[in-house]
Amino acid sequence: MAKQSPAPNWQDLALGCATLEAGSSRYQKTGDWRSSRPIWNFEQCVKCGVCTVFCPEGCLKMNADGYPQVDLDYCKGCAICVTECWTGCISMEEEKD
Amino acid sequence: MEKFNVFASRLIPKEDYVCSGHRACQGCAEALAMRLVHKVLGRNTIAASATGCMEIISSPYPETAWAIPWLHVAFENSASVGSGIEAGLKALMRKGKIPKRKINVIAYGGDGATVDIGLQWVSGAMERGHDMIYVCYDNEAYMNTGIQRSSSTPLHAATTTSPAGKAIGGQQTWKKNMTEIMVAHNIPYVATINPSYPFDFMRKVKKAAEIEGPAYLHAYSCCPTGWGSRPELGIQLGRLAVETGAFPLYEVEYGKYSVQEKVEDFRPLKDYVKLQRRFRHLTDDQIAASQERLIKEYKLLLKKEQMTREGD
Repeated sequence: MAKQSPAPNWQDLALGCATLEAGSSRYQKTGDWRSSRPIWNFEQCVKCGVCTVFCPEGCLKMNADGYPQVDLDYCKGCAICVTECWTGCISMEEEKD
Repeated sequence: MEKFNVFASRLIPKEDYVCSGHRACQGCAEALAMRLVHKVLGRNTIAASATGCMEIISSPYPETAWAIPWLHVAFENSASVGSGIEAGLKALMRKGKIPKRKINVIAYGGDGATVDIGLQWVSGAMERGHDMIYVCYDNEAYMNTGIQRSSSTPLHAATTTSPAGKAIGGQQTWKKNMTEIMVAHNIPYVATINPSYPFDFMRKVKKAAEIEGPAYLHAYSCCPTGWGSRPELGIQLGRLAVETGAFPLYEVEYGKYSVQEKVEDFRPLKDYVKLQRRFRHLTDDQIAASQERLIKEYKLLLKKEQMTREGD
């Protein structure tokens, strides 16, 4: 099960209500906002990396083979990668159930 | 040598300092702009954020999307807080309390926080000459509170406080030219940036960070929710804005203008306007009038470039 967001009580709060853990928004998996997901056709992909630059979510990374890999925990399905991919190797597929 | 400073999509920094899981809407180009800015500035950065979309989405308490020190301040005074951080760091380094090194100080706000509410604070911070960067993420209305007009809203755009009806069709005033206001402060570096041109974007942010003294960046950021555009078109709209002359890309370094992505044949403004619901009530005459004024301003910009570059 995914790690839950820490819900501190008032004694646990840091001075000035500071948030001390960097990047803790990762606890919130925004991927469930998505209604359709991007699918890559790696036969057409030229590993240019344009999709990784334009992803507003920062959930696209190049994997060890140099192909883009999407982190579906955070992908909100905006399809910017689909419109910006100039080889047209990305398509959107509707989420089932 | 500057021209050989190549960026390629595979070579840009891999680290993100604005982490995934932030609550921006689908296709938010403003979040993309912020992500790219912090990719360039890197780890040694302290940010001060005015209230606005980028504050709301990145800091849902008790979580934070930030992996760098980040402060939320009131709507108007992010520039003042940024200048205070810079002065504080300088004092601590002089007294030897922290080691001497380059720490980027960035203050940012949306267009409401910069152009309307925080204008005099931004002006003050720039005038005092602090070594900091101010970034205005311009999505052309108060999107965070529900799409109210700001003085950065373009002519005829419909917002909830400038609705388009039979009597009045949307915003009645021309967009305030904040970049020129900053140029008039005679600061070392002023530039307009657009995430649809990521390499130009990153080069300008890098320059702003390296330059000694205040720098102001005006970032175009498409807002699919407020503009009524499709979320996947955020990047294309940015390109269209440059090609139609609605958002020219230029930088002013020590008073010298240079225009990037020069437009020779302007694309019809209709291409840009028809993709956004906030402009759907526009008549062809209104579009033509707007385009005429945009082209006039663009030509003025080219003239300024020519004049300030004389003798180079």
